[in-house]
Amino acid sequence: MGLENLFLGFQHALAHENLFFAVVGITLGTIIGVLPGLGGANGVAILLPLTLRMPPTSAIILLTSIYWGALFGGAITSILFNIPGEPWSVATTFDGYPMARQGKGGQALTGAFTSSFVGAFFSIVLITFFAPLLADVALHFGPPEIFAIQFLTFSAFVGLGGGNPVKTLISIMIGFILATVGLDIVTGQLRMTFGFTDLMQGFDFIIAVIGLFGIGEILLSVEEGLSFKGVTTGMNLRVVLDTWKILPRYWRTFLRSCFIGFWMGFKPGGATPASFMSYSFAKRFSKHPERFGKGELEGVIAPETAAHAAGVAAILPMITLGIPGSPTAAVMLGGLMMWGLQPGPLLFKEKPDFVWGLIASMYTGNIIGVLMVLAFVPVFAAILKIPFAILTPLIVTVCAIGAYSVHNGMIDIWYMMIFGVVGYVFKKLDYPLAPLVLALVLGDHAENALRQSLIMSQGSLGIFMTRPIAAVITIVALFFFAMPVLGPAWRRVRGVPAGAPAPRET
Amino acid sequence: MKRADLITALVLIGLGGVVLFDAIRLGFGWGSDGPQSGFFPFWLGVILVTSCAVIGLQALRQTTTAPFVTREQLAPVAKVLWPAAVMVLLTQFIGLYVASALYLGFYMRWVGRHPWRAVVGLAVAVPVVIFIIFEQWFLLSLPKGPLETWLGY
Repeated sequence: MGLENLFLGFQHALAHENLFFAVVGITLGTIIGVLPGLGGANGVAILLPLTLRMPPTSAIILLTSIYWGALFGGAITSILFNIPGEPWSVATTFDGYPMARQGKGGQALTGAFTSSFVGAFFSIVLITFFAPLLADVALHFGPPEIFAIQFLTFSAFVGLGGGNPVKTLISIMIGFILATVGLDIVTGQLRMTFGFTDLMQGFDFIIAVIGLFGIGEILLSVEEGLSFKGVTTGMNLRVVLDTWKILPRYWRTFLRSCFIGFWMGFKPGGATPASFMSYSFAKRFSKHPERFGKGELEGVIAPETAAHAAGVAAILPMITLGIPGSPTAAVMLGGLMMWGLQPGPLLFKEKPDFVWGLIASMYTGNIIGVLMVLAFVPVFAAILKIPFAILTPLIVTVCAIGAYSVHNGMIDIWYMMIFGVVGYVFKKLDYPLAPLVLALVLGDHAENALRQSLIMSQGSLGIFMTRPIAAVITIVALFFFAMPVLGPAWRRVRGVPAGAPAPRET
Repeated sequence: MKRADLITALVLIGLGGVVLFDAIRLGFGWGSDGPQSGFFPFWLGVILVTSCAVIGLQALRQTTTAPFVTREQLAPVAKVLWPAAVMVLLTQFIGLYVASALYLGFYMRWVGRHPWRAVVGLAVAVPVVIFIIFEQWFLLSLPKGPLETWLGY
């Protein structure tokens, strides 16, 4: 166990074709991260059907590389254009954009990319050591524990997601309901189809992701009126090296942000709150808090480190427990199932080459990624100079192709459009979309785990409280569910005013 | 905002009702070998309807007068939405390649007011690139129409 497995993984990750897929993935991912309307989750969803003919290890390397690229790409638009390409980049705009306007864009970008790399690397090292341990524990999980973990995942959205907890609950329910449409594999009955043959195959999560995140995001961004008032990148080798000289000064910020990011990240919906939390901590501990928001390098380092640490940490529960920590991880998890792999602890036993190839590729992918974005920032930034009237139809067309290629069905493109409008309305009304997607991906699993648990207990819900591990997880989950009620009450008792609602993952 | 919240809640309650209807048809109790097919959907429906009722009540107590969307905001959204819908409809009859060419060309000319040279050039180039990437590299069969049949695909 351990290092020799990692070496085995590196043999896969360093194979020529896999290095090639990593470069392609990071290039595509960065473009996707830069473009409005094409986030990491959506980009991975569009490309997922194309990976079906690839070996799973290459496929996951391509998709995770897209994810790393999208994480890097978000920083470019935030700093140069004041447009957060991804929700976890919002905090990066606070100091990144002012820096760019003062002509220190190169410094801000170098700082952002380097911090992203540090944050990601920290999480990868932790994953390398914790993933096998966690998988070993999870091997002993039965259906009640699995359902309890899923319960915990969704309770975390309700309790920690911020915003209106009831709306989060509604999003989760819609996702689960969409997952039940079609054939019930246990009893062989058709559910929620009402005689329509088109509904028999159910709703594919890829279509939902492309519609909700892709089309919905485009509608939202045109409504806000897109305008790219960019500033020049000001990147060259000199700036990079000069920035690297001053970065070690901020080692405390790096370390703090890494821990915040990892801690928040392996729970669902973590990257965005992690970036905000890390930013406010950096400000609180700084000797010059008044400089924050006006172009302080530390204000770029803190959120970027945390966002990437969290983004990478989201992979940990995905490969060990089969629970994705972020919408993008959810799409990748769906990918694992499409490639015929069963996500969860058994993966470590049955497909060590896949798991360790993935973990090793996280090292190589992030190293390649940081070098590529540092070298090619001006190229990626130039993408946003493409006129809006060309970009919009292109994105819509690519989304349509992605939706169609799932089952080669026209109906899926229509579903995508409907999901797009729903995504737009839900975003405007503050219904979170991430829990919906997660519920849609996990729906069948959750239902099966619940059914099997109930069969084991002859129909009593008590089984979630009598088995020790399940009981602990269930109690924590119930506590999270109660948080929105308990939190304000506790504050009233203590006489503390309620804080501003936390920002939300999309 | 208030009205949009209320309408959404009502629509979702309707959805919950449909789910409950089907769950009751399937049976939501204990079958011969475990929970019946309707068991899980039934409780999902119950939670959905209850939560939406709460949202509805919250919306009724809202005092904000901010509109859900202003006319100025809706115009660009509609400008993206209806050409896209027409594109999807056309795809069904003339294939994705021609539909996307018309869509791109129309949008570039109508919204972007790009010169005709650029419009025609890109409207031809983009479907060709799509064909090479998806059809040739990834061996994916995209919807085709009369033009592709005429060309022999």
